Amino acid sequence: MLKAINLTCTRGDRRLFHNLHCAAAAGSALHIRGDNGAGKTSLLQILCGLRRPQAGEVHWHGRPIHQQRAEFVNHLAYLGHDDALHGDLTAYENLTAANMLAANSRDRSIADALRRFNLPSAARASRFLSAGQKQRIALARVWRQPRGVWILDEPATNLDAYGIRILETMLNEHLDAGGAAIFTSHREIKLSAPARELYLHTFQ
Amino acid sequence: MHTLPAVFFALAMRDVRIAYRRRAELLYPPLFLMLASMLFALALPANARAESAPAVIWVIALLASLMALETMRRRDYARGLLEQLLLSPQPTAVLVLASALAHWLVAGLPLVAVAPLLALMLNLPPHAWPELLIGLLLGTPTLCLIGGLGVALTRTARARGALLAVIILPLYIPILIFGSGAVRMAMAGFDAGAQLLLLGALLLLALGLAPMAIAYALRATYE
Repeated sequence: MLKAINLTCTRGDRRLFHNLHCAAAAGSALHIRGDNGAGKTSLLQILCGLRRPQAGEVHWHGRPIHQQRAEFVNHLAYLGHDDALHGDLTAYENLTAANMLAANSRDRSIADALRRFNLPSAARASRFLSAGQKQRIALARVWRQPRGVWILDEPATNLDAYGIRILETMLNEHLDAGGAAIFTSHREIKLSAPARELYLHTFQ
Repeated sequence: MHTLPAVFFALAMRDVRIAYRRRAELLYPPLFLMLASMLFALALPANARAESAPAVIWVIALLASLMALETMRRRDYARGLLEQLLLSPQPTAVLVLASALAHWLVAGLPLVAVAPLLALMLNLPPHAWPELLIGLLLGTPTLCLIGGLGVALTRTARARGALLAVIILPLYIPILIFGSGAVRMAMAGFDAGAQLLLLGALLLLALGLAPMAIAYALRATYE
């Protein structure tokens, strides 16, 4: 489905990776590992088209993503490193707002999402929630979007053991339904079909 | 998929709602406007107030709208939110226009609303009030759109407050000239139609170009 060919990325004067290939097929997961600063986040940003690589291309069903942006983003759910929440809106309002941006008729209901991710439905602004709860709102946003490709940057951050289990379940269901997932994580995420791994080495 | 107009209004309403929850912040620009014009009213001799009023009101309106831009950056262009904006299947320019509209409703319109108070303090003759208010109504949305472009361009810059002022104040100049010109013409008893039409033309130009420029700037400064 999603394939990166010969990617090279430099930030400032530092080369993060060079001639990198990776791919995510339907129903499979790719776990990107590497030390801090190895370029994991940059790689994910390139894969979803937010950042252009110095060299190389990312292909979606055989065509470069920048030639079919509208089509590609319709099949993509991205969980970034920085939270995409409005601190002054409640969990419910945040999910509604995200849904307006990325709307799709296949999206699952907010009520289901609040229940499944154990989120407070009370009218409490999300800036008063804990870091783990905010992360669960972010996961709920992705879960509501049954897109072909999920690109998740450290989805397990701040989650407790229960939260990790919710994450593993949602990933397993996504893969069983024929989706692809690319994620980074410093914590172990156990999937029913183990994820393939890509290790980014740090260049000097 | 939701229709584009539905998304546009939902996003604009969302931004208005967020602004309403932080309403204390919204008071600062109009409050600044009133305090600054009070200082001018106190500093100017009584016979010079009316004559300086068009310039004073318009200059401090520009500065007040500059002040309000920081809240816009925090509300709309925080990094995580920006990523979702850029990855939306909806055209970025339309989403950006929705947030500019919301910004005008919460930060531009209040400036127009307090303008009569300013006119009173500075002894602006009543027959020039319509030109002042119409000019502000036509000019403040343009200020918001230009401001949005400045915010998008300086989003990741260091010392962005000063840089923002340096980038957008020159772009504010035509609005300042035509806006204060309209009031001055009306004070002198002439027809200010030409100035107001030019303000309208600038607004149309900004409506057409700024959203696309902002969308492009957001993509270009993403890092």
